[in-house]
Amino acid sequence: MNGWPLYEVFVRGKRGLNHVHVGSVHAPDAEMAVHAARDLYTRRNEGVSVWVVRSADITASSPDEKDPLFAPAGDKVYRHPTFYPIPDDVPHL
Amino acid sequence: MHEETVYDALTGAPDDARWAFGTGFDDPLAGVDTTVPEGVAPADLGAYCLMLGDDALVLAQRLTEWITRAPELEEEVAVANIALDLLGQARLLLARTAAAGVLGPCRERAGASVPDEDALAYFRDPGEFRCTALAAAPNGDFAHLVVRLLAAATLRLAAFDRLRSSRDPVLAAVAAKGVAELSYAREHAARWVVRLGDGTAESHRRIRAAVEAVAPLLADVFTPTDVELRLAAGGAAVDPAALRAEVLGVLDAVLAHATLEPPSWPAGAPPRGRLGDHGPEVAELLAGLQGLARAHPEATW
Amino acid sequence: MSAPVDVAADELERGFEATLAAQRRIEPRDWMPEGYRATLVRQIAQHAHSEIIGMQPEGDWLLAAPSLRRKAVLLAKVQDEAGHGMYLYAAAETLGVDRDDLTDRLVEGRQKYSSIFNYPTLTYADVGVIGWLVDGAAICNQVPLCRSSYGPYARAMVRICKEESFHQRQGYELLLTMMRGTDEQRAMVQDAVDRWWWPSLMMFGPPDTDSPNTARSMAWGIKRHTNDELRQRFVDMTVPQAEFLGVTLPDPELSLDPATGHHRFGAIDWDEFRRVLAGGGPCNAERITRRRAARDDGAWVREAAAAHAAKHGAAHAAKQTGRTA
Repeated sequence: MNGWPLYEVFVRGKRGLNHVHVGSVHAPDAEMAVHAARDLYTRRNEGVSVWVVRSADITASSPDEKDPLFAPAGDKVYRHPTFYPIPDDVPHL
Repeated sequence: MHEETVYDALTGAPDDARWAFGTGFDDPLAGVDTTVPEGVAPADLGAYCLMLGDDALVLAQRLTEWITRAPELEEEVAVANIALDLLGQARLLLARTAAAGVLGPCRERAGASVPDEDALAYFRDPGEFRCTALAAAPNGDFAHLVVRLLAAATLRLAAFDRLRSSRDPVLAAVAAKGVAELSYAREHAARWVVRLGDGTAESHRRIRAAVEAVAPLLADVFTPTDVELRLAAGGAAVDPAALRAEVLGVLDAVLAHATLEPPSWPAGAPPRGRLGDHGPEVAELLAGLQGLARAHPEATW
Repeated sequence: MSAPVDVAADELERGFEATLAAQRRIEPRDWMPEGYRATLVRQIAQHAHSEIIGMQPEGDWLLAAPSLRRKAVLLAKVQDEAGHGMYLYAAAETLGVDRDDLTDRLVEGRQKYSSIFNYPTLTYADVGVIGWLVDGAAICNQVPLCRSSYGPYARAMVRICKEESFHQRQGYELLLTMMRGTDEQRAMVQDAVDRWWWPSLMMFGPPDTDSPNTARSMAWGIKRHTNDELRQRFVDMTVPQAEFLGVTLPDPELSLDPATGHHRFGAIDWDEFRRVLAGGGPCNAERITRRRAARDDGAWVREAAAAHAAKHGAAHAAKQTGRTA
């Protein structure tokens, strides 16, 4: 895995609204990430505000022990970058 | 979004505002008063818009050659953005050329159904194109892409910045729109030149080679043609000689930031591309651009 | 943080099933069965690969597009496809896979993409027919996925479907324009329809009788309709559009069944489908070769940018400080 890190993208669609998570981009650094995010998620609409943050730098709330939906591990938003092996020979791709 | 709503949207009332290009042919200058201002020779103005339009068209074509071949998906999107901006500028400028009455034999070669902008783009021969070698030179590696783009966007931005006050209001409006686009292109290219220049030994070597390859292409871009001199005197165009210091200053600053020695920039040379004197690469590029349209001159697309 | 070790696996699974049953979305940090995750990764990755490889057949006409307007429309469309691929890879990455790794799997032939993109684009009418039929089939497949049980996938599909409908419309509009043009252009359109019709029907995948994963995917809410249901919906939507356009769909058995209101159509050549999917299509090697070349030729660029970031990471971070909201 020699690629660029993943950045989460947050966009304020218009004044008066919060920044909202919209997805992610890969970029070598934060400056490039902002531009890639603007290209992809706002089509360069200059009126909106874009935040990026390294996915690895996001800490999520602790899993609620009362909610069985949460996996009993991890405080990261994503499992990234832990690689999860997928069988390659599953039919009907 | 509910599934049913989406299907409705597909078959229901058209909402073309979301589709950037509408449907059907749209004259890029529709509704614009294209009267040439007094004291500006329409033939000169048309010829000048052709120069600027051809640069945009051939450079857009070169950038488009990169599509599906960029080093990352993020870069596919950025390169396409810049190519789309340039293509948009080309359409406006070619339409401006036609509206100034400068069409020439291409109008006869194209069928009646072909719009003027396409008659100019698709039915002129290589010797009738007015692009510079800087815009038209064949692509190299990604370092070449960003160095050429940096030089071309810097030069064009410097010109458009001044053309916002052109005596031709149409050209001034085209320039005003283009300034933001070209700032984006220049900055995108500069960011890459800095990262590649100050990246790995390999990228440093490649970017240096690209600078060496692109620098000679600047030889004739600061030399005015007679058309440009006449128009500049009348306040309608920019004398490219006046841009030299600013453009080379920007390039030197970016290269320094990229830990690169500035090259020895070439001395001024007489205009070539602006007069229709091109290397074989222009004929080759145009064969790819024009082949289909020329095979069906009576067709409607 | 200590794990709540007393949470038993079956309790997690019950929670997962309850969320599905309530038509609520599964989100990235939720517990999910490994089969669900693997199925999603495979499906989303294949979908993302299809968008990226799908740039190529139309991209082959970018340089030669016959008018400046058509060139701009096509370039914007191919750019959208890159964007769609990126949305989808981003959704896949929430499942713990890495985009570079998925790309490796694609170029090494270990993951598939839609077999439709292994057919060549022979004339400019193919650009229109891809928009109309291929994007149209994709829309039929994708609209239900806006309700997929996996949140990031469903959200990506909402964005994608909005844009795809315009892709389909531009394709159809190009064909309408060409049908109003010269005889040669009309012949081009019919020829393209003849070549793309059957492959478009194959885009919905094998018949339900031969699609053992469908039931499980539907139970998990990853799929919402069977392949045959979607195929039928596509045929029913497309037939009147073909009539309006003035082209003939190349299927003599195509006819409206007045009893059901649905169109009957002829047998699909599944041998061809399997052959193309397995790599025997006209353009498989070409498509993968180009994608691999982009990955390999761009390696030095990605390395250089990463090296630059490593050198200047602190400076970039400092520059960002205090520049929020």
